[in-house]
Amino acid sequence: MPGHSDPGFDTLALHAGAAPDPSTGARAVPIHLTTSFVFENSEHAASLFNMERSGHVYSRISNPTNAVFEERVAALEGGTGAIATASGQAALHLAISTLAGAGSHIVASSALYGGSHNLLHYTLSRFGISTSFVKPGDIDGWRAAIRPETRLLFGETLGNPGLDVLDIPTVSALAHEHGLPLLVDSTFTTPWLMKPFDHGADLIFHSATKFLSGHGTVIGGVLVDSGQFDWDRSGRFPELTQAYEGFHGMVFSEESSVGAFLLRARREGLRDFGACMSPHTAWLILQGIETLPLRMARHIENTRKLVGFLAAHAMVESVGYPELESHPSHALAKRLLPRGCGSVFSFNLRGSRKQGVAFIEALKIFSHLANVGDCRSLVIHPASTTHFRMDDAALVQAGITAGTIRLSIGLEDADDLIDDLKRALKVAEKVGA
Amino acid sequence: MELSVRGFEAQAYAYTGGKPLDPTLPCVVFVHGALHDHSVWTLLARWYAHHGHGVLAVDLPGHGRSGGAPLASVEALADWLLALLDAAGVKKASLVGHSMGSLIALEAAARAPLKIDALVMVGTAYPMKVSEALLETARTAPLKAIDMVNVFSHSTIAAKPSHPGPGTWLHGANRALMRRVQAGQTAVNLFHHDFGVCDRYAGGLEAAAKVQCPVAMILGERDQMTAPKQSREIAQALKARVHMVAAGHALMTEAPDAVLAALREALPRPR
Repeated sequence: MPGHSDPGFDTLALHAGAAPDPSTGARAVPIHLTTSFVFENSEHAASLFNMERSGHVYSRISNPTNAVFEERVAALEGGTGAIATASGQAALHLAISTLAGAGSHIVASSALYGGSHNLLHYTLSRFGISTSFVKPGDIDGWRAAIRPETRLLFGETLGNPGLDVLDIPTVSALAHEHGLPLLVDSTFTTPWLMKPFDHGADLIFHSATKFLSGHGTVIGGVLVDSGQFDWDRSGRFPELTQAYEGFHGMVFSEESSVGAFLLRARREGLRDFGACMSPHTAWLILQGIETLPLRMARHIENTRKLVGFLAAHAMVESVGYPELESHPSHALAKRLLPRGCGSVFSFNLRGSRKQGVAFIEALKIFSHLANVGDCRSLVIHPASTTHFRMDDAALVQAGITAGTIRLSIGLEDADDLIDDLKRALKVAEKVGA
Repeated sequence: MELSVRGFEAQAYAYTGGKPLDPTLPCVVFVHGALHDHSVWTLLARWYAHHGHGVLAVDLPGHGRSGGAPLASVEALADWLLALLDAAGVKKASLVGHSMGSLIALEAAARAPLKIDALVMVGTAYPMKVSEALLETARTAPLKAIDMVNVFSHSTIAAKPSHPGPGTWLHGANRALMRRVQAGQTAVNLFHHDFGVCDRYAGGLEAAAKVQCPVAMILGERDQMTAPKQSREIAQALKARVHMVAAGHALMTEAPDAVLAALREALPRPR
């Protein structure tokens, strides 16, 4: 690619990792729905298995369609490579299981997606991996929680549910002082809003189900490596720097100076845990990524209009969006997220749990469901759904009130979305009267 | 493996292709280019190590895992390379060098013609002049120069099946490697140093006259760093067999299979 700089974001979103198919001329990325790939001969087979040649053997480990998806996300994030996984949860598990084992410890932000919290707090502890949770903005808390057996620091670019902006430059510097990598969940921001590697993060994962796919059609995840973390210098990761009996005594950091993490994750994690992505899913997510820049711009444009509308409405007690001066992460958001703070946010309705339910049920364009990052606008009332077992006191502890409503703003006409909200707010007001 | 090279205090590192080096086997020595390390050769080194050869993919002094200060000239690096073969107990070897490493291999083949079985120059040119503008950028803004060279080194954003395996974004991997190697050397600006080594080397034709072994060149059809036409004179002087590969300057990572095929033609087969 001639020129003085890499292609721009929009070009990479369409072209990175893909060229017209050499055997058919197909311009779009073909879907390689095949489990396996024929060897040229026995020598070729052996050399593929022994990493003497690059290529595909079995689609659990790699697949040509998935490889395009992986390379494209890596290009957009500015990483060295990526691994497609069955879900965002699988990507998080793959990252952790590559670096940690029984006796290991993780320091994580307390403002996490519930599924991530479940994995860290309940499930991994059953396998001997413990986690300390700290408030994302409490830098002293992060420092104090690090132990000799810590292997990873982990947070979300925009925390759940309050959209706390993770101070990646500060937390990553702290991690690196201790010879540790920082993993971030970048699902809510996508590389269009922020490139965490530019701020010091070492590993990124996405629930590609959300904005990368963008159409609410498939479940998938992706794990990306910056290649910037020096595993040898850290000295804490024998999984990457010492011979691995499970793969011919390979020392991954010798095989690839900047790709050791992904080599082990693929050669062990995908091979043994097997949470791979279907090529059909990879293809659908690629369709989404091709329009990611256009969609994200519209997501942000619509979100700003709706935030402005809600912030000025009498039935709305507060809106939690970091672009608002009232948000605790406002200053950090201006620095790290100048293009916008995503299109998922919560607001608090003045009124009871009953009014919250009435509001949700009165909406016509917003779909009531448990997802975010769809091209269609979505809504959920945590107090009556995801957190319905909690009493009001427990909800407050979780940063949720009886009137908290979470929105994921889609790509519809903003005026139609505002009209929908306006009408539903009126219904909620009447219910409370 | 780590090696103590006579005359050099710092330990040298050479990747042996996933098998311990057997110095009695025909040996292939891989020499990387500016601001790289052994890992650009991983696939080829593994293939040769598992097909009847001893392999040494070196990290040049001050690069990657080899300690010490970077050496100031192609001639000094050639002497170091020959001393490393002695340290490894290798009596004869084939030399394969990429870019700056191809000049080092050429000079080493000239200095010890009876020790070298074959010479393969990958992505090469002679003279290997570096533009004043790029040298100055490497001196004042090495990270910017890395980005420029990274773009010039790649001919596609869709190389298949990628290196070392599918899912690798070659632009990002090369940038990360160059940054890593640059950061690993705190005494000097290694990028500017390496470019200076390439730019100053003036002994190519003199060396070519002394080389006695068969010579091959593997050149990238779309190479913007060392365009194929820039190697014509030295190719003629060396009577080199030229293999053209559909790739840019980063041949080994953009087209590892094509480079392997060319190497298999160029290097002697084990008996």
